[in-house]
Amino acid sequence: MREHSIVRVVSKILLPYILLFALYVQLHGDYGPGGGFQAGVIFGAGCILYALVFGVNKARRVAPSSVVSSIMAIGLMLYAGVGVVCLFKGGNFLDYNVLRHDPHHAQELGVALIELGVGMTVAAVMFTIFMTYAERAKK
Amino acid sequence: MSHLFSHYNYWIVIVLMMTGFYTVISRGNMVKKLIGLNIFQTSVFLLFITMGKIKGGTAPIVMAGKEDVVYSNPIPHVLILTAIVVGVSTTALGLALVVRIKEAYGTVEEDEVQAEDIRR
Amino acid sequence: MNYPDTALVADTQLPALQVVIPLLSAPLCALARNRRAAYAITLLASWSALVIAVLLLLRVHAHGTISYALGGWAPPWGIEYRIDYLNAFVLVLLSSIGAIVAAYAPASVDSEIPRDRQPLFYCAYMLCLTGVLGIAATGDAFNVFVFLEVAALSSYILISLGKSRKALNAAYQYLVMGTIGSTFILIGIGFLYMMTGTLNMVDLAERLAPVRTTRPVLTAFAFFTVGVSIKMALFPLHLWLPNAYTRAPSVVTAFIASTGTKVAVYIMIRFIFTVYGVQFAFASTPVAAALISLSLLGIFFASTAAIFQRNVKRMLAYSSIAQIGYMVLGISFVSVNGLTGGIVHLFNHALMKGALFLAVGCVMLRMKRTKLEEFRGLGYRMPVTMFAFTIAGLSMIGVPMTVGFVSKWYLILAALEKGWWPVAALILLSSLLAVVYIWRVIEVAYFQKPPEDAPPVTEAPLSMLIPLCVLTAATIYFGIFTGATAGIAHRAAEMLMAGGVH
Repeated sequence: MREHSIVRVVSKILLPYILLFALYVQLHGDYGPGGGFQAGVIFGAGCILYALVFGVNKARRVAPSSVVSSIMAIGLMLYAGVGVVCLFKGGNFLDYNVLRHDPHHAQELGVALIELGVGMTVAAVMFTIFMTYAERAKK
Repeated sequence: MSHLFSHYNYWIVIVLMMTGFYTVISRGNMVKKLIGLNIFQTSVFLLFITMGKIKGGTAPIVMAGKEDVVYSNPIPHVLILTAIVVGVSTTALGLALVVRIKEAYGTVEEDEVQAEDIRR
Repeated sequence: MNYPDTALVADTQLPALQVVIPLLSAPLCALARNRRAAYAITLLASWSALVIAVLLLLRVHAHGTISYALGGWAPPWGIEYRIDYLNAFVLVLLSSIGAIVAAYAPASVDSEIPRDRQPLFYCAYMLCLTGVLGIAATGDAFNVFVFLEVAALSSYILISLGKSRKALNAAYQYLVMGTIGSTFILIGIGFLYMMTGTLNMVDLAERLAPVRTTRPVLTAFAFFTVGVSIKMALFPLHLWLPNAYTRAPSVVTAFIASTGTKVAVYIMIRFIFTVYGVQFAFASTPVAAALISLSLLGIFFASTAAIFQRNVKRMLAYSSIAQIGYMVLGISFVSVNGLTGGIVHLFNHALMKGALFLAVGCVMLRMKRTKLEEFRGLGYRMPVTMFAFTIAGLSMIGVPMTVGFVSKWYLILAALEKGWWPVAALILLSSLLAVVYIWRVIEVAYFQKPPEDAPPVTEAPLSMLIPLCVLTAATIYFGIFTGATAGIAHRAAEMLMAGGVH
């Protein structure tokens, strides 16, 4: 892609905004449309764009496979972990009300944490799916 | 006539469903089969999503101070979000298998793969 | 913040823990990156799942149905885990197979799956266990679909890990068929939701009553039945099964053969009896006639096909299709005895087929292949393995004092109760076919000499023999002391025939 300077420059300008937008969708999910899944997809798409434009090797240097697969597992564990914490605080699995004294804040905290877990896993999975195919093709 | 088309979403669903299903059954190319499978699944997603639409309903975000707002049903959308994830995983896994089959057999045509299987 | 008593937490949270512990262990296995650590996690999680399932069964026995509101959202709005006699029984079955196969796994996995893939293998194994346990635990129709897909996707992965490249094709074919099946189930659930606005099974049962004869509900039933029939490999929708079972690694075959199709049978029982109700399902649709004829055809077709197989694994796969026929036959008798036979056969078949596939796994470990020729003289060279194979095989035939006899007894009882002599005769006749295909292996193993140039073969390692012997002993134990299995199945059947809700 070295010769396609327009693509490279434009995506270099756009990339921070794509990732930022993903974070916006993630955090704004509490109040409006959005949430971990959508944010994860957008974040993953940003990473895939980087890999497409700057090459698989460079993308791997930014996000080594061990790191990405760890994020994948940690996201899932964050989700289930919040559920288990609820369990040990006397509620049912994923019953956020027991996380804090005030149920309103507790729900907010619980959902935010869970959506973060979802976002991490989805972004990592999307990126991994792309990279698996891309790296296989290169061999 | 109006009776036939008042629920036009069902017609779209049926056409997509049959297109996808026919592709899965009739094609021998494994990638095309997966595409057919995807169309088939998508038709079901549409069936669910259009089910959640309520006439005059708006996005289900609670508006403070307004009492008589009609909201669309968000549950089918949430269900389908899950089903889409399942669909993506199935497609990714299916394609991964096709890649491996191509490497192992040198073809992605079902009959050729089957012929190879029987020969050895 | 004062924490509640841990014992109390464990006691009230059992239904969630049943699913969450295997679920949490899956990413841990992936993170471990070390096959021994991943194996330790798998073993620990699967055995704790078994303990939880047994505790749940005892609790149901003492206090009746357990309802658990996930996330504290009361049913029917939230997802409900609802454990009654039927689920508790199925949960014990699934988790005990999961635990025993996990104990058996390491030696066999070492020989069939490359080392660097083993942590991911265990991860997929735990996800598959999560899926089947989730299906059995949940009381929410859509949740069933989600867990069905969790189990299905991980089993496609597990099957594709087979040694030969044929495993890839088998996994692909299963993926296409399985996805069509689960999408059909999804369509069925969609129509039900459209007509009732609820996904909770108990609530569905109530709200379906006034709209039971409408066309969408009938359509939903049709889609659902076909979808589940694909998943359980009911003849003639079984085409994915023989290759998948034959090509998968031995451990995977043993696990999936004793859980995957069983859980589909469970879903069918649950939806026909709890959600739709016996009256609707069997009185206003011809589904009973269809299921009876298909299951009888399946029993004979698959048993006959099994006789002509030269690969023992494939022979057992065809035998599995035949056994599914017995379970469905039991369901479609629509009587307490028939249903008892179906449910108890679900349990019994998992035990004996699990034992048979574990024995074949031992042979695979030593001989590297499972063709019939490989079994020549094995009766003297691997005595324990072949003895277990023989016992489980006798049970497959239905010899008294084995579990196979118990299930066939109930099925024949149910057939006679209805006055269906020909069906009872056919069940007996089909056992003769089982005699033929099991005898072929036993004859080769005990009465044929190994070839002159055969390499010396030793018995499989103890780590594999002990789980094999435990399962084999169970086929005898539950064949003699039927109180636990047939007793619980009978209570579950009575509950289901009475409407399935209480």
